[in-house]
Amino acid sequence: MNAGSKVRKFAIFAAVPMAIFSAVLVYPFAQGFFLTFTDWDGFKYEKFTGTANYTKSFKDPVFWSTLGFTLKFVVVSLVAVNVVAFGLALIVTAKLRSSTFLRTFFFVPNLIGGVVLGVIWQFIFNTALISISSRFNLPFFKDSWLNETNTAFWALIIVTVWQSSGYMMIIYITGLITVEQDVLEAARVDGASALRTLLAIKMPLMAQAFTISLFLTLRNGFMAYDVNVALTGGGPYRTTELISMHIFQDAFAFGNFGTGQSKAVIMFLMVAIAALVQVSVSKRLEVER
Amino acid sequence: MSKSSSTPRKIIFAVGAILSFAYVMPFVLVFLNAFKPKYDILENPLAWPKQVSWDNFQQAMLKMNFFRSLTNSIIITVISVSALIVFSSMLAYYLARTKTKFSKVTFLILVASMIVPFQALMIPFMSIFAQFVSLNNRAALIFFYIGFGVALSTFLYHGFISKIPMDLDEAAAMDGASDLTIFWKIMFPMLRPVTATVAIVNALWIWNDFLLPRLVLTQETQTLPLSTYLFYGQYSTEYGQAMAGLLLAVLPIIIFYLILQKQFISGITTGAVK
Repeated sequence: MNAGSKVRKFAIFAAVPMAIFSAVLVYPFAQGFFLTFTDWDGFKYEKFTGTANYTKSFKDPVFWSTLGFTLKFVVVSLVAVNVVAFGLALIVTAKLRSSTFLRTFFFVPNLIGGVVLGVIWQFIFNTALISISSRFNLPFFKDSWLNETNTAFWALIIVTVWQSSGYMMIIYITGLITVEQDVLEAARVDGASALRTLLAIKMPLMAQAFTISLFLTLRNGFMAYDVNVALTGGGPYRTTELISMHIFQDAFAFGNFGTGQSKAVIMFLMVAIAALVQVSVSKRLEVER
Repeated sequence: MSKSSSTPRKIIFAVGAILSFAYVMPFVLVFLNAFKPKYDILENPLAWPKQVSWDNFQQAMLKMNFFRSLTNSIIITVISVSALIVFSSMLAYYLARTKTKFSKVTFLILVASMIVPFQALMIPFMSIFAQFVSLNNRAALIFFYIGFGVALSTFLYHGFISKIPMDLDEAAAMDGASDLTIFWKIMFPMLRPVTATVAIVNALWIWNDFLLPRLVLTQETQTLPLSTYLFYGQYSTEYGQAMAGLLLAVLPIIIFYLILQKQFISGITTGAVK
């Protein structure tokens, strides 16, 4: 192939998507990083300010409470979603006649956007549960869970688990059914119990499914926005704002573009580091089995 | 099967049934209350509606401009997904078939970019493309979806194309077919399973996306999630109407899913596992 046809081939097949990719992803990413070191106000910048935006971000007490709240959310949702999703996968793969139905039911919340789900649950917590509890005298839901920071956190976890466990279940189902039948047959012949087969054979052999699912739940946890906005709206008093919503508020509600973007860069670094650590640890576990 | 293995099976079935009931309950609540007047909902949200009234739906459709939002959602999703299929399949073909350092590096950049969260782009994107957005916000949104979605879609196609032997395109090139003919006539039809995956993964994401449309779109170009959210915010005390609106918002995608269930599950599996 000569140079001319190489260039032509690039122009035909790759030029347009690469140009759009650069315009949407590469350039804004680089530009955004650069602007955090200036006095950018959303429209223009006049001078470099060094790390002033970062210092300012870290001096913001709301940002610290957001970071703490986000980390708590990431850890708890990661554990809860994966435990539930794995349980659902075990139920669906138990060779029941109803397993297709069950799979559909567990999966459906995942199809619907977080905003609509959040709003549905807002109705449940603020209206439905309250009227049900006063009717049947249940003290647990007498006041809306969304009015208090601690219960609002658990409301966020419940909705997140409900929303994403069906998706992770699909990944675990794929993992469970790729375990080869003759290995399971051998275990059965050797008299291994169902629990032992699961722990000693199935789970190590499907380690890849855990890597993927943990990675996705970790990333989703850091990036959660829709459910947060629609369910708690950050309230009461900005105590349930996750980092994504905090950045949005900082930049677009309060007009702090400099610190908003700095916090976005910090968020990117956290996601990248957490994901790299998680994937390399999981990969090592996959090999060591 | 022996008797001893059927008792645990019954327990598993019972647990599964209870859980699936819990999973659909929120939708059942929405459904039941969409047909009720406000005071019946406050009295008992679990009760069956005393009479079926379509009043709530009429009001909700009007107030959330249902058909306009639905049309906007369809336009934006269909154009973005089609463009993503065309662009990323061609890009992946180019990257998989030209074994140069350049294409290797490009592919690595694409893969690495998948970890960048949208939040790290949204603020600069809004300022860089402010003019584009004010000129035509739907086009700007589609432009963004293509750029943001191209990495994953290209990655999915790339894995599949790498497994197709080169002899095939070489033989066609011998016969004098042009690059584009080879791609569209021979290669693209073989990519059908990946195309289904790419279409479903992107359609779900774009259809349900909220953050960017919220920043970019105006009242006339609102998508369904956006108008649902705004409608609910305004009329959340009109419970019956709010529930009817939510039901309307949920319905299109559930219908779509029930028709294409098999493709959905396999698409999501390959999309995630890759």
